[in-house]
Amino acid sequence: MGDHSVQLDQKYLWGGKESPFQVSYGKMMMWFFLVSDALTFGGLLVAYGFTRHDCLEAWPIGEETFNSLPFLGHGYPLLYVALMTFILIVSSVTMVLAVEAGHRMDKRGVVKWMIATIIGGFFFVGSQAWEWYHFIHGSEFGKVELSDGSLAIVKGHFGEIESFTVTESGGHYKQGAVIKEDLMHTFQHAAAAGHITNGIITLHDGSKAMVKKADDHDLTLIIKKSGNKQKASKERRIITGESAKNLYYGALYSGEANRVIYGANLKQNEYGPQQYAQFFFFITGFHGFHVFSGVVINIIICLGVVAGTYHKRGHYEMVEKTGLYWHFVDLVWVFVFTFFYLI
Amino acid sequence: MERDDLIEYSLPKKGNVGLHDENEGSKIRKKIYKVTILLTVVTVLEVFLGAVIKQDAAIWPLVKWSFVVLTLLKAGYIVIVFMHLGDERPWLRYVVLVPYFIFVLYLIFIALWEAVAIKGVLSYFS
Repeated sequence: MGDHSVQLDQKYLWGGKESPFQVSYGKMMMWFFLVSDALTFGGLLVAYGFTRHDCLEAWPIGEETFNSLPFLGHGYPLLYVALMTFILIVSSVTMVLAVEAGHRMDKRGVVKWMIATIIGGFFFVGSQAWEWYHFIHGSEFGKVELSDGSLAIVKGHFGEIESFTVTESGGHYKQGAVIKEDLMHTFQHAAAAGHITNGIITLHDGSKAMVKKADDHDLTLIIKKSGNKQKASKERRIITGESAKNLYYGALYSGEANRVIYGANLKQNEYGPQQYAQFFFFITGFHGFHVFSGVVINIIICLGVVAGTYHKRGHYEMVEKTGLYWHFVDLVWVFVFTFFYLI
Repeated sequence: MERDDLIEYSLPKKGNVGLHDENEGSKIRKKIYKVTILLTVVTVLEVFLGAVIKQDAAIWPLVKWSFVVLTLLKAGYIVIVFMHLGDERPWLRYVVLVPYFIFVLYLIFIALWEAVAIKGVLSYFS
């Protein structure tokens, strides 16, 4: 402390005895930060809406894109995101219970509910990681370019690939060998590169093998983009049965590269227009980053609670301020859930 | 000078803000659980509607708008009850909410209006 430091009276700081809005500086600034952060997310979601409204291609539908559950496979539209939403709402509830315990100066209660909140946060971040993994790897069928140039996504039950039987020796595999490892991965790679012709797959060592595969069930093609440019029809065309099978495998086994796309990244997207993948990664990624930093801040404050810092201070307002941030993360997810997944 | 973050200006006050005793606490917890049930029910309803009604159904626009309304309802409960904005001074409420509504409503209007216009031009020339 230098000679110039002076003890200022409270009334000089606020120009009066009361603070503006009767909240502390920290809480008011947290609110201002949240307003600006909300504008950022608002801008992102409006940009998403803009792109969706001026896009000529059919936009992906949430329940067609996100219909998987861990360990259970496909056919569960939106259940996983609903579960994620529920986890985040529950962790928001435990946070508000921690704040309430803080108002009663109940240190044990605050610690208990904050730990519950942190666990919920980790579950949410983990779920998002799984969803990203699934989004990037894509479905078993992929998006396919049919013979007339139209693009279709594919639904149904993918028949398991049982084995590759080598019919022509290459650098590694000899004729007559039966390959049983890493089949799906090899199959998708070869299909995307156009290395499968009429059920004969060319492996990376140059050998050729016959694909033995169980039958698919309920194969359905949903046309997302019409091949004929003059007749860009608005209605969704759905093809089922034998003709769906013929069209799908006609493209898959054509021997041409890029007739089928699996999964999504920043260069290609199985589910629809490329911008959709970009927005998915950016918006859910930005939100996930908020959740992660929220968990970190919660851990830091929880350690402070355990150490008794706030109890000595006489109030648990720090818990309230982190609580504000945590609820905000939940609030943003409510909007992302509606505008990205439901509508 | 006292450290500012150590002072709780809002302590002796009504409502959810500031210290309270066990009696008030149990009342507040009851409210929290009620809101939890409401938020869960609304989410389940949304997923159910989304799974049952397809986007090419005639009733879809109605479902879409009900999603928007339900979302705003959920957001309102989170902000007013969980974030305690309902217990703050009215002017803090306005400082937080009014800029957001002005800017974002305008942004939504202008961006979507433009997007539809651009799509019209693009499809005319394609």
